Amino acid sequence: MNTQALGKQTIKFAHPPAIIGAASIVGEMEGQGPLAAYFDQIETDPTFGKESWELGESEMVRRAVQTAISKSGLTKEDIRYIFGGDLLGQLIGTTFGLKDFNIPLFGLYGACSTCGESLSLASMTVAAGYAQNVIAVTSSHYASAEKQFRFPLEYGNQRPLSSTWTVTGSGAFIVSSTNNQPMSNYPHISSITTGKIVDYGVRDSMNMGACMAPAAADLIYQCLEDTQMKPTQFDKIITGDLGKIGSEILIKLLLDNGYDIKKQHMDCGVSIYDNEKQDTHSGGSGCGCCAVTLAGYILHNLANHTWKRILFVPTGALLSTVSFNEGQTIPGIAHGLIIEQL
Amino acid sequence: MKVRQNDEEYNKYVEIVTPKHSCAKNCIHAFLVGGAICIIGQGIHDIAVNYFNCNEEDAGSWTSIILVLISVILTGLNLYKKLAKYGGAGALVPITGFANSVAAPTIEYQKEGEVFGKGVKVFTIAGPVILFGIFTSWVLGLIYWILLTTNIL
Repeated sequence: MNTQALGKQTIKFAHPPAIIGAASIVGEMEGQGPLAAYFDQIETDPTFGKESWELGESEMVRRAVQTAISKSGLTKEDIRYIFGGDLLGQLIGTTFGLKDFNIPLFGLYGACSTCGESLSLASMTVAAGYAQNVIAVTSSHYASAEKQFRFPLEYGNQRPLSSTWTVTGSGAFIVSSTNNQPMSNYPHISSITTGKIVDYGVRDSMNMGACMAPAAADLIYQCLEDTQMKPTQFDKIITGDLGKIGSEILIKLLLDNGYDIKKQHMDCGVSIYDNEKQDTHSGGSGCGCCAVTLAGYILHNLANHTWKRILFVPTGALLSTVSFNEGQTIPGIAHGLIIEQL
Repeated sequence: MKVRQNDEEYNKYVEIVTPKHSCAKNCIHAFLVGGAICIIGQGIHDIAVNYFNCNEEDAGSWTSIILVLISVILTGLNLYKKLAKYGGAGALVPITGFANSVAAPTIEYQKEGEVFGKGVKVFTIAGPVILFGIFTSWVLGLIYWILLTTNIL
């Protein structure tokens, strides 16, 4: 048996891949939030100079990948694969943004957990020796997501207090093998824990935090069990987009199972906006939410050694307008990565 | 995980931790916004009757037309949404809310073309209102006709 497989759902890499470059491109609203200083580009044009929300999202993906490549001092010919995904039907955000790069692509869908899914697969590919450099990229766009999942933007309705605000943003990461370079310069992905689909029977699509919190709790629990670690061994345990309500539920569910993560917990959805001033209700959400927070704020804190080890857990709600209208529940999924700076 | 609540317990717990809009506050906002829209409507009606010599029927039509026009313009400027956020059902129930629900998808789906964009999607929100509105009036008409032919009315 391969010794890198740990416990039930975790892989601990013998040669942990590094994140040698990252880029975050966000919209205007994110640029007015508390994390503004950490983003690479803040674009005030909601369509990013294109004709539609969808093409705007693709342009954002293209810029994220381009910026990540140039920041890491590589060229696109150095990249062997891209693992990418977004929230739009048939992944048009990702595919139309990446079609001119001529890099082999794996298109992924894990709702808002796609950031964790793409980074997991990217690090597996690199750690296995199948590639030197690969890219993981995800995106979401407020307007294209509203249009697809909810209502046209100009339609007047009231959002419940439990609802979240889809982040306009795209984050791209260059995941590379550390065989030929000193490892200490870059944060590296030391292990990944892949999540199961967890369904607690919630049907309220306006309360995604409650749909996803059990999946996040299950993942964090399993990661701690598999790695035999305690929450105190992490500087931060960072969930994707549970929002205020989901975060409260997560902490309670883990406490029920003997783990207290209250001190370490942070949620990208809660951190990216000033909920009071920006009126975002429960917080931010979307594939872009945790991706830009990781690419900007989190990697920054790892690079300057403020944090040494974090558990990063993007969370996704698995629904479509069809499954919702047909009365199905909304299961959740979460994927975890332990990212360390030595 | 070791400890797992059953779905029913969990949903009850979620209900408790999820904050809700205050119903009383929403009702007051709806009353103010809905009332204001109706006062504007009454104002247009009175001007039509007093200054333009309209009869009741014509004045009513002008009132609807002008309110719809105002709503569509506000929708285009993305302002009706703000009114609805504050006023809730007060902005939704009057004819202006209906106009907003037709204008919003037309703007949103313009990019997908005249037929499959605007044409197909124009009633995505208002469609049920039109369908069930017409159906209900047909049922009422049928009852009225039966009552008439059986000499009850």
